[in-house]
Amino acid sequence: MLELKHICFSAENGGKRKEILSDVSLTLDERFVAITGPNGSGKSTLAKIVAGILTPTSGKIYLDGEDITNLSVTDRAKRGISFAFQQPVRFKGITVKDLVSLAAGKKIGINEACSYLSEVGLCARDYIDREVDASLSGGELKRIEIATILARGTKLSVFDEPEAGIDLWSFSNLISVFEKMYEKVKGSILIISHQERILNIADKIIVVANGKVEQTGTREEILPHLLGTSACRALTDKMEG
Amino acid sequence: MDELEKMLLMQVADLHKIPEGAYNIRKDGGTGGRNSTENVQIVSKTDGKSGIDIIIKPNTKNESVHIPVIITQTGLKEVVYNDFYIGENADVLIIAGCGIHNCGQQESEHSGIHTFHVGKGARVRYVEKHYGGGDGNGENVMNPTTEIFLDEGAHMEMETTQIKGIDSTVRVTNATLEKKANLVIREKIYTHGKQFAKTDFSVDLNGEDSGADVVSRSVAAEHSVQEFISRINGNGKCHGHTECDAIIMDSARVTAVPELTANNVDAELIHEAAIGKIAGEQLIKLMTLGLTEQEAEEQIIKGFLS
Repeated sequence: MLELKHICFSAENGGKRKEILSDVSLTLDERFVAITGPNGSGKSTLAKIVAGILTPTSGKIYLDGEDITNLSVTDRAKRGISFAFQQPVRFKGITVKDLVSLAAGKKIGINEACSYLSEVGLCARDYIDREVDASLSGGELKRIEIATILARGTKLSVFDEPEAGIDLWSFSNLISVFEKMYEKVKGSILIISHQERILNIADKIIVVANGKVEQTGTREEILPHLLGTSACRALTDKMEG
Repeated sequence: MDELEKMLLMQVADLHKIPEGAYNIRKDGGTGGRNSTENVQIVSKTDGKSGIDIIIKPNTKNESVHIPVIITQTGLKEVVYNDFYIGENADVLIIAGCGIHNCGQQESEHSGIHTFHVGKGARVRYVEKHYGGGDGNGENVMNPTTEIFLDEGAHMEMETTQIKGIDSTVRVTNATLEKKANLVIREKIYTHGKQFAKTDFSVDLNGEDSGADVVSRSVAAEHSVQEFISRINGNGKCHGHTECDAIIMDSARVTAVPELTANNVDAELIHEAAIGKIAGEQLIKLMTLGLTEQEAEEQIIKGFLS
């Protein structure tokens, strides 16, 4: 179980301090939780605070009752938090197999590496020896990023806008990956998303706007009300765009 | 061979024992073993210089030649000339390398001057590794010079690797290419401590449709200093590409000097040079996989130089 208590985060911008998150408190115990909200509402900041990439200005974070607020990214990863980047990072010389092995925390065989890649819809043999560099497309990188999360198989997996930067065609295939993941995953998934199809498989939806939690509830409670709100405008804009 | 010599051999030539096929092992300035085959002849120089001539018959296919050098004596300084004559349409692998284990206080130095005469249509893959070790204060110095002459349609691929251990190196590589000849160079360097590594490539693309691709990837750590000079002269219809990609760490310094000269309107020449530290997001990504910052750095460097 992940608990955020009174999380505030502010950052310096052009000499002025801007509050990005103010007094966010959340409890995540469900298998699949989606955080949605307009661009700039603080969703990605929240995800990075969970992973330890950003440190909150104030507030506490607990994982299964343990205060992890001051733990490093590495220590949180070791405690069972995985984080999928919105913009996957490229590496010269590190192959897909290397990266999946590092994620799995051990040397893995071709078969095991291939099984993770097949899960995300990549034909493994074509990719296993390729470098995770600029030669891969945004959609391919995204899938590899998700495969690293599968290989880790931790108790909490955080996905920061998996739909960002990939075309609609790739995305509709990706949805099925998340649908499958929902069935198979042992831990919890926390996903930042604007996509209705992702929100549709969530057990719980949290709407964040202007750095605050605006609504929390089941998808039945939240989804119908999203229409007409700022969060959903962003959502429909994206769908139309 | 003793354990130290075997270790050096493994480092520079991936050899666990005496190799198969043609070889010449140079050990502390003397001969540590030699074998010629029907197609590959290795003979000592007769002009008074130290070194060997390696003569490969035309049409020799799928043969390899190993010419490792190992130095275990402190204070040994030597200049060695190795000349390769590769016959027309041959296709061979040549593995050279120099390992120095300097336990003493004096400087050990090996300067290898390798000349390749690659005949028409021949293909050569040349792999060169440099390794230095030892727990003394004596410096390990290596100054390899490679002279390459590629005849019409010849192809040469040169892989050169120097990972730690060499205190000072000035590597000079000069190449002249005739019609349709092609040269590929892949260099990998890791320096640390107070090491100094200078690379000076100079390629003359003389023949029509000749081409060269010179790529260096390097990591400079601690107080080490690296210099990369890459000169390509396009003297006819040709294509040349040079790239220097360096990771800089701590208080290291790196200079990259690409120099392209087009002496013909149909010469197409490109250079790329990038020097920078490891990107913060790369470290963070690997840390989210459970690696410490130190481990993340090691993986990034390992991948970069692989």
